[in-house]
Amino acid sequence: MHKIKTFLSVESNQNKIIPFLSVFLGFLIGAIVMIVSGFNPLEAYARLFEGAGLFGNVRRFGETLVLATSLSLTGLAVAFGMRTGLFNIGASGQLLMGGFCAVFIGITLDLPKIIHLPLAVSAAMLAGALWGMIPGLLKARFNVHEVVSSIMMNWIAVWSVYYFVPEFIKGKYDTESATIRNSASLRVDWLTDLFKGSSINLGIFIAIIAAIVVWWILEKTTFGFELKAVGLNKDAAKYAGIHVNRNIVLSMMISGALAGLAGATFYLGFTNNVKIGELPSLGFDGIAVALLGVNTPLGVVLSSLLFGVMNAGKGFMQAATRVPNELVQIIMAVIIFFAAATQLIRLIIKRILRVKNVPIQVTEPVIEEINGGEK
Amino acid sequence: MGYVIEMLNIRKEFPGIIANDNVTLQVKKGEIHALLGENGAGKSTLMSVLFGMYQPEAGVIKVNEREVKITNPNVANDLGIGMVHQHFKLVDVFTVTENIILGMEPTKGVHLDIHKAAKKIKELSDQYGLSVDPYALIQDISVGMQQRVEILKMLYRNADILIFDEPTAVLTPQEIHELMNIMRRLKTEGKSIVLITHKLKEIKAVADRCTVLRKGKYISTVEVKETPEHEMARLMVGREVSFKVDKSEAKPKETVLKITNLNVLDNRKLKAVENLCLDVRAGEIFGIAGIDGNGQKELVEAITGLRHIESGLIELNGVDITNLSIRKKTESGIGHIPEDRHKHGLVLDYNLGENMVLQTYYKEPFSTKGLLNKDDILANAERLIQEFDVRSGQGAVTPVRSMSGGNQQKAIIAREVDRSPSLLIASQPTRGLDVGAIEYIHSRLIEERDKGKAVLLISFELDEILNVSDRVGVIYEGTIVDVDQTANTNENQLGLLMAGSAKGGAKHA
Repeated sequence: MHKIKTFLSVESNQNKIIPFLSVFLGFLIGAIVMIVSGFNPLEAYARLFEGAGLFGNVRRFGETLVLATSLSLTGLAVAFGMRTGLFNIGASGQLLMGGFCAVFIGITLDLPKIIHLPLAVSAAMLAGALWGMIPGLLKARFNVHEVVSSIMMNWIAVWSVYYFVPEFIKGKYDTESATIRNSASLRVDWLTDLFKGSSINLGIFIAIIAAIVVWWILEKTTFGFELKAVGLNKDAAKYAGIHVNRNIVLSMMISGALAGLAGATFYLGFTNNVKIGELPSLGFDGIAVALLGVNTPLGVVLSSLLFGVMNAGKGFMQAATRVPNELVQIIMAVIIFFAAATQLIRLIIKRILRVKNVPIQVTEPVIEEINGGEK
Repeated sequence: MGYVIEMLNIRKEFPGIIANDNVTLQVKKGEIHALLGENGAGKSTLMSVLFGMYQPEAGVIKVNEREVKITNPNVANDLGIGMVHQHFKLVDVFTVTENIILGMEPTKGVHLDIHKAAKKIKELSDQYGLSVDPYALIQDISVGMQQRVEILKMLYRNADILIFDEPTAVLTPQEIHELMNIMRRLKTEGKSIVLITHKLKEIKAVADRCTVLRKGKYISTVEVKETPEHEMARLMVGREVSFKVDKSEAKPKETVLKITNLNVLDNRKLKAVENLCLDVRAGEIFGIAGIDGNGQKELVEAITGLRHIESGLIELNGVDITNLSIRKKTESGIGHIPEDRHKHGLVLDYNLGENMVLQTYYKEPFSTKGLLNKDDILANAERLIQEFDVRSGQGAVTPVRSMSGGNQQKAIIAREVDRSPSLLIASQPTRGLDVGAIEYIHSRLIEERDKGKAVLLISFELDEILNVSDRVGVIYEGTIVDVDQTANTNENQLGLLMAGSAKGGAKHA
């Protein structure tokens, strides 16, 4: 007990356990809601996890991984921005533009897979980077807040795709594009077979590699040292001779590139075409993923897996127990609420364990950005 | 005469420290009572307890001889206690009147009756000789005037007990003088005042009695008239303090920094530095004396590259560095101890090791081909911790945010001095630090001088300039109005120059 107390009295340790505690509280409150509405929570949760393939159904587990793949990449995009002091709320738009470019190449070109697929994925990354670069440049040059400009960019992406798809790559219906060629698809036979016909695809490797690269940049390189310094204290970074504006642009580009990759995994690996007139919610979900993952690559991967499990299993839960799948939304909302309300959790830790030594407060970057914006 | 405030045997604990340990403060009606102590002595905690922001673990508070429980600042206000905070709490784009009535607006039906309030404020202002214009915008009036608005705010709320928290930290010598008069006036009108400060001169000038705290403990209460300054200093620090800095005669050599006709704009695009000329030589400490806001900040930022230079020439060791980038300037041999250590000097959420390589992380041995060498970075910090006696909980991996102000400043000095720059710029290097840290920092600056470095010291504290520097220049409205050997000048003369008079007698050494 004493050991736990000393462990919990350190703020950085608290930060590590807060996400887990949030998840626990989310499930707990979900269970209470179910009991009140007359359901059996244990059974519902068992079905939820079964539906996500956690009890040995590899096909279902494959679907869980597919959902987690794109989410982890948008989560990384948002987390990378956060770590460098930028709130990239435009991941959805970057994802859509990246996905559109990938699909465009996937439909219009006819090349062997070994060239076609990397080309399409690179196009997605580049388009995402360019779409992220614009808010970066606006911020660096004219001090336009990236939240405003990247939201604008989201809608520019939506309407550009709305125009370009029917114009250049129209499919069976007016509202969607043609299907990409097989040579540009991220799906490969051996993975599909391994997971017994699930839509799992090579995107999962892209996500894993991206998480490792992001970790490596942030923790090991001088470039990451600069980016984080700019994010934590712009004035001190300037004092130290770091090009603040250049780093803002580069950071937005990397964030956008990650979102673009998410677009590649989503459109080249899952949907195989682009629908018009909608802004994918993946980019916004990425904010929640990054928040729950405390903006670290490993945390983002873990929290995207949780999101994947919940989304993949909810349909099965509803079918098997008649617990409405909206309940999963309630649980997710509660988890995100607690993950965001770190101060509240800290207070609970203090009260329950009577831990005294809680050092200086840190403000949650998301909340700060939404409320205050530029300091 | 009875006591208006009695705080008896107050104890306030925070995790890990006892901020107030059995502290007693008794303020008589109609007196100015000074509360003296170093940073961290527990002055602010004690006043926060009185103002209802903290609840004491033990002890009794009496106001007008009645025991009270002050559970929040509103209770304190109702009891007639008001506080002038060190950092003013004013809305810049509101008028004086609007600021004062904020939270208790007088109304005529639903209509805000601003003129009635303004009239009352004018009357109060006249009664206490504050000469505040009720219709002026806060952003248009001086800092000293803003402080008077804070005072009026309390008077408007019928406060009888006024707490001043380090009120002179932001004022010019003239404004300090006027504030002292205002405090005396308040006293004759029957108000009681608690003055929190660590400046002995001010206590001598205005206070009747003085309570001394040290490390959270009550030391004693003395009659100011009967207690000499050095005795109060001894009570405050707990040992004999030397106000004089030991140093040998300077042996200045070649010119290191030469500034010619420098012009710099401030954030509002107004001239902050105007045709400024200056030279600092190796082996000397050049002090720039002046009241805050006369272009010191802009001058330092221009030299270090943080601010755009309109025109002029800056040479370092004979090389033109005027328009080099910040990094190039740093590399060419400038060390900079910035005025605001939290804003510019440190990344508070980085650890000590990372902060120690803030300007050198991209060089060997701290990184190779763009990859950081964590071991070398930490070893470097451990070495500096030893060498400069930086106290930190977990050594090189201590988050800088958790360190004390004095140790944060030592860390910056360690970093800047260790790079061995030919010019060391120290801007307000001892601001907010206690006597021990101040002594250390002064001796370090002198040590650098003795090693043959050029040191440029900018300070608003005349004592610091007079004690530490070998030559002194006075900056007024962006220009150096006079330069002389420190030995040939005195506080009076500098004070006059700082205030802008005697400009005609300018001469250049």
